[in-house]
Amino acid sequence: MHTEIVLAGFGGQGVLLIGKLLAYAGMKMGREVTWMPAYGPEMRGGTCNCTVVLSDRPIGSPISKSPHGLIALNLPSLDKFEDTVRPGGVIVVNTSLINRLPHRTDVTVVAVPANEVAIECGSPKAANMVTLGAYLGASNLVDLDQVKAIVTESFAAKPKLVEVNHAALSRGFALGQARTAAAVR
Amino acid sequence: MAKKLMKGCEAIGEAAVQAGCRLFFGYPITPQNEIPEYLAARLPQVGGTYVQAESEVAASNMLYGAAGAGCRCFTSSSGPGISLMQEGISYIAGAELPVVFVNIMRGGPGLGGILPSQSDYFQAVKGGGHGDYRCLVLAPSTVQEAADLVQEAFDLADKYRNPVMILGDGIMGQMMEPVEFKRSIRPEDLPAKSWATTGAKGRRPNIINSLHLAPEALEAHNWKLQRKYDAMAQHDCRHEAWGLDGDVDILFVAYGTVARICKTAIDALRERGVKAGLFRPISLFPYPGDALAQAAARAKHVLVSELSCGQMLEDVRYHVADRQSVTFYGRVGGMIMAPEELVAAGLKLVGREA
Repeated sequence: MHTEIVLAGFGGQGVLLIGKLLAYAGMKMGREVTWMPAYGPEMRGGTCNCTVVLSDRPIGSPISKSPHGLIALNLPSLDKFEDTVRPGGVIVVNTSLINRLPHRTDVTVVAVPANEVAIECGSPKAANMVTLGAYLGASNLVDLDQVKAIVTESFAAKPKLVEVNHAALSRGFALGQARTAAAVR
Repeated sequence: MAKKLMKGCEAIGEAAVQAGCRLFFGYPITPQNEIPEYLAARLPQVGGTYVQAESEVAASNMLYGAAGAGCRCFTSSSGPGISLMQEGISYIAGAELPVVFVNIMRGGPGLGGILPSQSDYFQAVKGGGHGDYRCLVLAPSTVQEAADLVQEAFDLADKYRNPVMILGDGIMGQMMEPVEFKRSIRPEDLPAKSWATTGAKGRRPNIINSLHLAPEALEAHNWKLQRKYDAMAQHDCRHEAWGLDGDVDILFVAYGTVARICKTAIDALRERGVKAGLFRPISLFPYPGDALAQAAARAKHVLVSELSCGQMLEDVRYHVADRQSVTFYGRVGGMIMAPEELVAAGLKLVGREA
């Protein structure tokens, strides 16, 4: 297996964090992984993205011009990266902040109102976790439980956050699974 | 020790600690700020000292002093800061002091930009400061290799009493990969340095100096330095040959992170029936020229790729017998070549449509 994913949004939405969770989970599952942030002169509120590669072989380029997956938390990210996704790939769209669906018909589209779902889980800040869960639900790239275990480990000092993030991941995962099931029918 | 997911910069900082280095002198600059940031927190935990100097010129002279006193020490910076350190690097080379420098390259010249580049090759490999001196230069291509080479860099610096430079780029500094630290050395376990200025009680004073006013003495000193560089060439040339079993249509030559982009391109070319392989210099000085010449002799085309306008290209042309077979593909200014660009360049070389 070899999968390249771009995760993108506004600075502050936590795209770098969910990228790290994905890479960390991949490493724990014995995969080769890279995590590469776009580190231009970014500022809070500006766009922000990272590329994660998971593979069962040593990874060459840590940067991808044609990823297998995209998680877009805001409209500029969808505009910028939608056309780069490989046919057959997965695009997760945060419809809370993106007022259009992807025009692509050759990819699996998972549309999730991530901010609303996150608020229901206890914090609007967990929207990133909803989208990561949705991506995993649609792709099964890494085990959801592995990601949850890492969240538990990373937020050990803040048990309340663990609870919220676990809920957000689970809700996203279910939405991702449902969308994929619908696509198969 | 279990594998950790770390940024290249953080891994470089931890590798220095694991190599028994307890002193860092530096000045912030993007894209390597995570190295001083990491060490500002980490060094005090192990009884070390982190100093943010008033400038890079000051930092390199602090290194001169600390190395002269026999301590493992290092610094990190990026192009503009490394330029300011050149005075100190030349003095350190002249005084034969072991210091490790890390350059996480960004686009230049001048302040340039903050995105990845390999445009400081000439500066690192051909001198940079004044006088007939060389740094031993190592170029990692993964975070794991960066950690390994930083640890070795301290040993090589001590072995040759010479500055060693780790030449990485912004990708190497910012990327996270799994890394494990294979060795852990305590400073007290390092061999004593008989030449260091550690207090002359009961022995003749040691002198650390780069000033030799008598021309005979300075000439002898220069020849001594040259013999040291010859010894490096004999014992510490390193490279990786990848996919080079037998003759190839295209021999890619690249170092650092560009080499791994080449590997992705080579896989794609092989899927399309083009036999390609990679020669990756790991030591940039001494340059593995003989091994490169042998690899190039079995290739129809040699394609050099760098994040520069063609700096290592000159060394490749120097060593490859058939200079006409050497072509170049570079991106600069912080732009990075996609594997697809290298595939297209490769297909063009063998006369195929992209």
